[in-house]
Amino acid sequence: MSYLKPLFRHPKLPKNKLGYTLKEYEGSLSTLCAGCGHDSISAAIVQACFEMSVEPHNVAKISGIGCSSKTPTYFLGNSHGFNSVHGRMPSVATGASMANKDLVYFGVSGDGDSASIGMGQLVHVIRRNLNMVYIVMNNGCYGLTKGQDSATADQGSKSKAGSINPFQAIDLASLAIELGASFVAQSFSGDKQQLVPLIKAAMHHKGFAFLNVISPCVTFNNNPGSTKSYDYVREHIEATSTLDFIPEMPEIKASYEKGKSTKIAMHDGSLIQLNKLETDWDPEDRISAVNALQMARAKNEILTGLLYVNSEWKDLHGVLNTYHKPLNRLKESELCPGVENLNAINAGFR
Amino acid sequence: MKPTNTKNPEYYHKVVDCQYACPAHTPVPEYIRLIAAEKYTEAYMVNWESNVFPGVLGRTCDRPCEPACRRVRVEEEPVAICRLKRVAADNKGDVKTLMPQGPFQPNGKKVALIGGGPASLTVARDLAPLGYEVHLFDEQVAGGGMMRSQIPSFRLPEEVLNEEVNYILDMGIHTQFLTYVKSLKEVLSQKYDAVFVGTGAPKGRDLPKLPGRKEGDKFIHIGIEWLANVAFEHTKSISEKVIVLGGGNTAMDCCRTSRRLGGKEVKVVVRSPFDEMKASPWEKEDALHEDIQIIDNHVPLSFEVENGKLIGMKFQKVKPVYDANGKRQLLPTDEPDVFIEADEVLIAIGQENSFPWIERDLGLEFDQWGMPVVDELTYQSTHPKVFFGGDAAFGPKNVITAVAQGHQAAVSLHLFCEGKDLRERPSPFTNLISQKMGIHEWSYDNGVAIDQRYAVPQAEKTLTLRDRKKEVELGFDVPTAFKETQRCLNCDVQTVFTAERCIECDACMDVCPTSCITFTANDEESELRQKLLVPAENLSQDLLVSNELKTGRVMVKDEDVCLHCGLCAERCPTSAWDMQKFLYSVTKAYQMPAPLPQIQK
Repeated sequence: MSYLKPLFRHPKLPKNKLGYTLKEYEGSLSTLCAGCGHDSISAAIVQACFEMSVEPHNVAKISGIGCSSKTPTYFLGNSHGFNSVHGRMPSVATGASMANKDLVYFGVSGDGDSASIGMGQLVHVIRRNLNMVYIVMNNGCYGLTKGQDSATADQGSKSKAGSINPFQAIDLASLAIELGASFVAQSFSGDKQQLVPLIKAAMHHKGFAFLNVISPCVTFNNNPGSTKSYDYVREHIEATSTLDFIPEMPEIKASYEKGKSTKIAMHDGSLIQLNKLETDWDPEDRISAVNALQMARAKNEILTGLLYVNSEWKDLHGVLNTYHKPLNRLKESELCPGVENLNAINAGFR
Repeated sequence: MKPTNTKNPEYYHKVVDCQYACPAHTPVPEYIRLIAAEKYTEAYMVNWESNVFPGVLGRTCDRPCEPACRRVRVEEEPVAICRLKRVAADNKGDVKTLMPQGPFQPNGKKVALIGGGPASLTVARDLAPLGYEVHLFDEQVAGGGMMRSQIPSFRLPEEVLNEEVNYILDMGIHTQFLTYVKSLKEVLSQKYDAVFVGTGAPKGRDLPKLPGRKEGDKFIHIGIEWLANVAFEHTKSISEKVIVLGGGNTAMDCCRTSRRLGGKEVKVVVRSPFDEMKASPWEKEDALHEDIQIIDNHVPLSFEVENGKLIGMKFQKVKPVYDANGKRQLLPTDEPDVFIEADEVLIAIGQENSFPWIERDLGLEFDQWGMPVVDELTYQSTHPKVFFGGDAAFGPKNVITAVAQGHQAAVSLHLFCEGKDLRERPSPFTNLISQKMGIHEWSYDNGVAIDQRYAVPQAEKTLTLRDRKKEVELGFDVPTAFKETQRCLNCDVQTVFTAERCIECDACMDVCPTSCITFTANDEESELRQKLLVPAENLSQDLLVSNELKTGRVMVKDEDVCLHCGLCAERCPTSAWDMQKFLYSVTKAYQMPAPLPQIQK
């Protein structure tokens, strides 16, 4: 088995604005099972960061425990990382973001880490609208402990051993919309054309960007009867829209069919260009987003693409009205008010 | 694009760039792996089976394989393929017992080989084990042809040559040395079933019309004749000031030999610019290293003779001018003509074929340039019994080409003697076998070393210039050779794709370090090449296109910079990718029973 990736790259590999190639955004060679959907998601993150010309040292990746949470080793090898306690990634991310709000935060989690042990943490980080990209690599099973059904396994889905899952599944995307996540999308590891622009848009969204990515577990949950297998997902996938993320305000060149094309402005002037495939759906309307999800579920479809976005809501730093400079960069002179001011403050309480 | 037909042996053969570029198609990565495993004897035999003269070629080959090496496209310098071949030859054990063992059961057929160079010797080797009675004629005292007469001993020690020539002659070849064949008619009258002509290009070009040529004749020599005289020890010295005319490898051999026979101020004067000289870059380097001056852009005007003694030559200075098609013209400059002092001049401006001994009324056609009309596939002349090969067939090339042509001519001779159609040639020997040993284990070393090319050490100049026979290159020592072998990318271990197994998880595409693999909608080749992760702009490299996959897409792999690291196959959950070693052995008259003999160490 190879543990090192050869150092040679294609001599004509494209360069981004910083003069970097994909190589500068890669991590070490994956030790996940061959064919794991998580590796595709890692590759999509690498591609998105490359295309956005992010400085790797301005990114932090934080994860919990599980196959998904191992992946930060396999992408962005030149970025910051913290592999935390099972289900506690949101706390660590919150702390890190409080200390330095200038970084791009990738929270990487799985269905066990988010929908079971970490559910309590997930719901609160959504409420707080922490400015981060939260990716759930959702394979519907506990791959690291031999493939037991997880909380996101669909009712009726058959495991590799042949047993049928009797329980209701937690629909993470619906849950996130319900709890007030300001950016919610769903995608499939095997569809990078959709996933890469979604990650790029999520990185630009100021607030909590939730990406539920179905990522087949080739070892334990890719069997006939499973609703998270490559074949099942490909057969039942239904996209809300095709989407382009445009980092800067462009001249409008292409004209879309009337009523089907939507542009969503992000807080920093960037733009999401949507070509809608679903008709009764408006990505800026929570009710229609929830409806679209429910409709898809009734039809046994997996709805992917951007589901909901709200650029108005303040993120956690906005709500707390924190200082414009990251806290970790404040010097003693800025933090310590001095004896006179302190006395004045104290006097105010007397 | 249509799915690639990998059943055609030429597809995978072409992926092995070095082997494909080699005229004899020696399985290079195969023997490099054997060298890495310290199996020098086996490595030698892989070579011997294919190119007949591993020891000679490991020192003197023109190495068309090296510029073709994939390493050139991935980093810069090719694997030192040629010098690794020498490592196998230098460190081998007993190889003779692995070669076909005579006496062979006679098949009642008799063939004559005219000329004892690499082409004829190859024919002899291929036909003898089939029971042919082989008669070989050569005017020299021993076999080897130009390998003996033209390649100086400081590049190719005589023992090495003798050893490899004798492996063949010892197979029961009837040799008639010191015999100049004066008449093909006479040979044909002697009831041979077929005749092979491998007489090379024995005539060195002269400058007969240049003023002073006649007057200075005593001091002016034809390069290849002079080299032969040195090799057979008729010439033992040269004057101090020498001019060598010409820019090819013979010129390099002449100037370097001159330095060893007493030449102190040796100058190579050549018409073309330095960078466009025909000599191999490494031979030019070696000449410069031996304090030889190379003067380019000078066209000879006259030999200057005073009192019956050569005093030097006059040259006109020129500059290269290129037209729109890149065609070069050498135009005179305004600068005055140049006089260069010299006591002796060696003319090494090319060589020609010469067939004064072939009667023109035998039904053997010659073309307007005096070359025999020879079929490019069968090497048969217009006289059905007479075959040509080596430099004699299509003009001067090199040893490895002569060997390659010898193999093919031998196939034709055999088919001819059996009364079969010469155009229905047996298929090459091929084998494609999985290298999988475990879930993620391969039976080849798939790591990719980033080492730069290692240089071959040379003996001290003070020693080599003193002794004509002292070999300059010392060859790799074993530890360095090992490191150099690790630079080989194992291009013969093919990435074999089975579309029916693919679940399109993208794992291979994500992991491929050189972005070779793309899953995309099918299209015309030109469009497809642009649609890949990195556009496939090297048109000399093929695309591997799969059958249609479940989603309607196809897998397209650009073979250009594939490292053959096996990561695609390691990350493939369904073994849709497999690493399979492809062995390709050119069609030969006598295919060794196990083309690659394996013996225990």
